Amino acid sequence: MIKSKNLIGAQAVTANRLGDGAVVFLAENGRWSPDVNASAVAQDAATAAALMAIANKAAADQFVVGPYLFEVSVEGDAVRPLSVREAIRAAGPSVEEREPVSASLG
Amino acid sequence: MPLLKNGAVVSDPWQRIVKDEALPAAGPVIVPFARWQAERDALIGRNAPLGVRLTNSDAVGALAPDLDRLEVVVLEFPKFSDGRAYSQARLLRERYGYRGELRATGHVLRDQLLFMQRCGFDSFELMNDQPTQAWVAAINEFTVFYQPTADGRATALQHRRATAGAI
Amino acid sequence: MYVYDNYDQAFLEQRVAQFRDQVRRRLAGEISEDEFKPLRLTNGLYLQLHAYMLRVAIPYGTLSSAQVRQLGHIARRYDKGFGHFTTRQNIQYHWMKLEEVPDALADLAKVQMHGLQTSGNCIRNVTADHWAGVAADEIEDPRVYCEIVRQWSTLHPEFSFLPRKFKIAITGSPNDRAAVRVHDIGLRMHRNAAGEVGFEVMVGGGLGRTPIIAKTIREFLPKQHLLSYLEAVLRIYNQLGRRDNIYKARVKILVHELGAAKMTELVEAEWQSIKDGPLALPADEIARIEAHFKPPAYPDSPVFTPEFDALRLGDKEFGRWLKANVAPHKQPGYAIVTLSLKPEGGVPGDMTADQMDAVAALADRYSFGEVRVTHTQNLVLPHVRRADLPTLWRKLTELGVATPNINQVTDIIACPGLDYCALANARSIPVAQRITQRFNDLVRVHEIGELKIKISGCINACGHHHVGHIGILGVDKGGEEFYQITLGGSEDQNASLGAIVGPAVPSEAIVDAVQTVVETYLSLRRPEERFLDTYRRVGMAPFKERLYAPA
Repeated sequence: MIKSKNLIGAQAVTANRLGDGAVVFLAENGRWSPDVNASAVAQDAATAAALMAIANKAAADQFVVGPYLFEVSVEGDAVRPLSVREAIRAAGPSVEEREPVSASLG
Repeated sequence: MPLLKNGAVVSDPWQRIVKDEALPAAGPVIVPFARWQAERDALIGRNAPLGVRLTNSDAVGALAPDLDRLEVVVLEFPKFSDGRAYSQARLLRERYGYRGELRATGHVLRDQLLFMQRCGFDSFELMNDQPTQAWVAAINEFTVFYQPTADGRATALQHRRATAGAI
Repeated sequence: MYVYDNYDQAFLEQRVAQFRDQVRRRLAGEISEDEFKPLRLTNGLYLQLHAYMLRVAIPYGTLSSAQVRQLGHIARRYDKGFGHFTTRQNIQYHWMKLEEVPDALADLAKVQMHGLQTSGNCIRNVTADHWAGVAADEIEDPRVYCEIVRQWSTLHPEFSFLPRKFKIAITGSPNDRAAVRVHDIGLRMHRNAAGEVGFEVMVGGGLGRTPIIAKTIREFLPKQHLLSYLEAVLRIYNQLGRRDNIYKARVKILVHELGAAKMTELVEAEWQSIKDGPLALPADEIARIEAHFKPPAYPDSPVFTPEFDALRLGDKEFGRWLKANVAPHKQPGYAIVTLSLKPEGGVPGDMTADQMDAVAALADRYSFGEVRVTHTQNLVLPHVRRADLPTLWRKLTELGVATPNINQVTDIIACPGLDYCALANARSIPVAQRITQRFNDLVRVHEIGELKIKISGCINACGHHHVGHIGILGVDKGGEEFYQITLGGSEDQNASLGAIVGPAVPSEAIVDAVQTVVETYLSLRRPEERFLDTYRRVGMAPFKERLYAPA
């Protein structure tokens, strides 16, 4: 996973909800949303730091765990993670999870 | 830092010598291992209770001949994840027969307390304040143990053999 | 199999209560994530890419049908209706909620199961040969000693904060199906000159960033000294293992840095001081544990019946399944049946709750209520009457677990990879799926013969790619998923680490690359020669040449 110190371009913040582990994204007004497109996007380091401050407070308040910044691009209403990892995290596993089939066996 | 001993927070009579500072004229002192090695005879000659603090990479065997002269040995947990002092404690108690106070210092947290006590620690410089009941509860969370240590508890195996009438 | 007594059960319930309180304190903010993380890891609870993942221990890969049913219940009640079997004979649930885990652990405790020590810097699940107790080539059942080691290692007060994780495996057969040589401690049961059974002790094997084959530090350890010797090894490791760098903290690095001779010396010296202490195993305790692993009272069973004969001769599919998925049993008239969790296009090692219920019922009917989990992510029904094979085969086929591909090119080991795992660099499951789709001609699969592909999504090597005949390692190259191929690895008694063929290839090229490797093998092999043997005979050059030939 590439981590660069000088992130240029847009960033957003993600974390997992503490209680149920769900992936959430920091949206406007300090809310958290499961939808990456609702992310608050920071275009510069100062805004990114401000977002992280909000996120860290949510962690300290036992709402989320492990918040971090990740790179995105913004296309209209869509917020797209740039890395494969974050894209999978936002969209869910790329493999279809097996639906239970009814087993009529003795 | 509160000192937990025998299930209660007690005041600490020991003065900790950090490195090279002069010893007080009287009173119990705990010196670092390096100081002990350099000034052993003088320290023994001092007519007051003596303790030694080891780092967790010191070999406890070096203290073995003099354990009878020590009233407290302090072992360190620089991070709670660094478990070397558990081995040091067991060696002191089980290999070298140390009977004095064995104190844990550093990152000493409630959830490691039972492990520490089972390895032979009997006093704890706690990292944070918590109600004493929490600490006492930690020691009592289990009644079944699988490994023999010097803590005096019967293991599951020993219970089973006793019940079966073996031995 | 081992049945908990009241001590074991009391311990487990105390553990569940302890974790319930630890979760309560975490949710209430009484402890921080940093303090809580090792506590939840010691119960096998990870925070992964999408959710919490719970890893449930399956000691030495043995399950009762009641336990299988309960695993299905956990999948249904607390997860999304499925579970994933791992390369250490455990099961993982990928969609757990922290606040529900104490209840899930309480449900597991009802069938003597838990997530204890499936993570963290402690002694992990002790794994064994998945054919233990039923294989014809076995000297003794290693699970007896796995159980003894399991108890000794459970919440060991001295060894709960090791430099890093510690994995032990035991084989009771000269044909090592437990991969003991790539474990931190590998134990091989064998007889000495006097005919007594004891252990060869090997230390410092492992995969990951620095794959190493373990070194023998003691040729023969008598049974009664098993625990004291392990305690000596662990004590040396706890004291001397590196703590400054997590990538250098496994015991394999310590053995490498000290040298096997020095490591042996240190362990033997420590052991001398403790070998006659309270860890010495009394014969009656060994006998007590052995009694739990007595084979079932096998009713007589004919080796062949008319139905069996007719099917074997007349039905090619049954014939293929017999050949690939059914192995000879110690007891005449019986067979060991492997259930393939590697169907075409499937997720390797995954099973739905409904399938688990069905397998539990089949185990009750056909396998004395017992199921095994292999470290190759398949299941085993270990005690099947040969006469029942036709009926069982039909039922397994309906259930989707009868693909006749065990140890063949589509019996792929794959870690969850970047689809699920926060540590991964690339996805592994889709690669496995695409390979099974490319090689979907079962006749061809059988012609290719024994070929073990193992895929890891990162260098932590949970897919064991280093010991794959073909190993595939996912890497991140400029933000894209690339795959590096290794050849010639093996995890058995002639263990070897795979060699890198060349530069990693992009995702769209990996399946073609695997096909090229297979075709190269087919063009060079002698009659009856397995892939691994052909590779060892001809070397890397022909494969490298064909893979990287200019287009």
